[in-house]
Amino acid sequence: MIRDILYTLDSPYRAPLEITGFRFGKGEKTVAIVGAIRGNEVQQLYICSQLISKLRALEAKGAITSDNEILVVPSACPYSMNIGKRFWAVDNTDINRMFPGYDRGETTQRIADGLFQHVRGYSYGIQFASFYMPGDFIPHVRMMETGFQSTSLANLFGLPYVLVRHPRPYDTTTLNYNWQMNQTNAFSVYTNQTDRIDEVSAKQAVDAVLRFLSRIGVVRYHCHNGFLASVIDEDQLYSITAPDGGIYRGICHPGDEVTRGDLLGEILDPYTGDVRAPVVSPTEGIVFFGYAQPLVMEHAILYRIIRRLHG
Amino acid sequence: MVKTVVSTALPIGERVVIQKNRITPEGGERPGMKRLCLCTGTHGDELEGQYVCYLLADRIQKNLRCLKGVVDIYPALNPLGIDTITRGIPMFDLDMNRIFPGNNVGPMAEFVAGRIIEDIKGADCCVDVHASNVFLREVPQVRINEKTEQTLVPLARRLNVDYIWVHANATVLESTLAYSLNDAGVPTLVVEMGIGLRLTPAYCEQLADGLIALMAELGLWDGEVPAVKKPVESRDGEVHYCNAEQPGIFVPAVAHGCQLRKGQHIGDVLSPLTGRVAESILSPCDGWLFTLREYPVCYAGSLLARVLGGADA
Repeated sequence: MIRDILYTLDSPYRAPLEITGFRFGKGEKTVAIVGAIRGNEVQQLYICSQLISKLRALEAKGAITSDNEILVVPSACPYSMNIGKRFWAVDNTDINRMFPGYDRGETTQRIADGLFQHVRGYSYGIQFASFYMPGDFIPHVRMMETGFQSTSLANLFGLPYVLVRHPRPYDTTTLNYNWQMNQTNAFSVYTNQTDRIDEVSAKQAVDAVLRFLSRIGVVRYHCHNGFLASVIDEDQLYSITAPDGGIYRGICHPGDEVTRGDLLGEILDPYTGDVRAPVVSPTEGIVFFGYAQPLVMEHAILYRIIRRLHG
Repeated sequence: MVKTVVSTALPIGERVVIQKNRITPEGGERPGMKRLCLCTGTHGDELEGQYVCYLLADRIQKNLRCLKGVVDIYPALNPLGIDTITRGIPMFDLDMNRIFPGNNVGPMAEFVAGRIIEDIKGADCCVDVHASNVFLREVPQVRINEKTEQTLVPLARRLNVDYIWVHANATVLESTLAYSLNDAGVPTLVVEMGIGLRLTPAYCEQLADGLIALMAELGLWDGEVPAVKKPVESRDGEVHYCNAEQPGIFVPAVAHGCQLRKGQHIGDVLSPLTGRVAESILSPCDGWLFTLREYPVCYAGSLLARVLGGADA
């Protein structure tokens, strides 16, 4: 393992920002793996730390195949993580909305560029990501539909679902999208936590990445086969929104099977505890995403359901 | 008349309500009347538009007999942001000006964005007022996507701004309020002026004059029309950026809006700890300093100034 400082930015009042990378194997730039890009992505940092630990052990016993380099970047934003801010604290901009970056541009464009110059050019790019809405997912691999995406490659992670998203304009400045625009097969791996550590799903993510690395021939690693993934189009998920605001009591969770008429959750009057609005499933399927905050606004997305279609 | 555009429940005993003030002529609203929309407050830390809304409503209401169409004023598209000194919508990750045209399904912010678009659709013109951010001071200007240049530049010339900047299209900007409205057939002008978290009364008065002139141009006003400035007009290639290369505090040496010679001293990035000049900022060209940093602390990359080459404003 080689530990490198990939990018440095001086600060007027803090020690320099450093983005640290860990390289395993040598030769062709095969896989780049990026963890936390936002300051609250603690789970994503943790997954990288566990992956680095595994890769170091694999490398020590010669299990990384020749002419393959793996680069792992656990955090692109230690500055934000250290002060508990999700975004770049000076101007609240999101580094994951600044790719491919610009080395003569604004500060977060320079950070994005500093990272992208090191993680571009790999055959495969894996990011541990978090979503812009608060909630939990079934662990899955997400990819943008750019014309360069390959769902069959995404299947090699052995996670239960591969989700394809039609990029919206604001997606065009994410790392995943720009990796694909630069001919890297890009995958975002979602587990069910962001700002807390969930050991079970973190292990599932580490196993999924090692399974992927094994299946593309980069590491020799014995693992169980995982799932044969179902490929779903994000636009086909059925969204259930909050009919009112209040205290939210979720009853169903990601992975649960539901049928039409099932009670999925309740919105309670915040003062009296009365049920203000039941949340009822209008369809049959599997819960893919569940809202996970105690308070809810009207129109918040509470659930996304993979509909079961009857032939 | 104050109307609710969209209202949605917050968790505990409150609703977020986006309102507009619809001002109609003395004889009332009639089918086929022209309609102008003035909106602002998408970014909660930009307040210049608040005073512009007041000034326009005040001028119209004092001369209501001159009004020949409908004017809708939306002072706060992001009321929670303004109320909490927050640029975005509190508890929502995405910039509100990156989620248009919105979505009828949700989440809340995208639902609200969709309703705003529906409410403005059908207007003859819309003006969306922004105030830079808390870091930079801007001269009054209209920014126009090159795709809508032909329609919008003639309207922008009536707005009494100092500058019209026609810029290249960028995919990420296709989710702004202005892009979505232009796409929906509502000619929409984006004004940038002043600085975040403050009012610049002279700029607000200047734009209010321009809005009256625009109303006259559109046939919504037959009263006295203020004289308007002839703006400087440019495209991207003529704008030069001065970004800091060193961290420190930026202290300008020239006034915002001045004319510069190539190599002229714009300011310094200083180190408070060592007492040394970390970097001296010089003008990259002869031109007009239309953007100048006000917030002193900077990192490498912080924008310090923009200079429009060759301009004589």
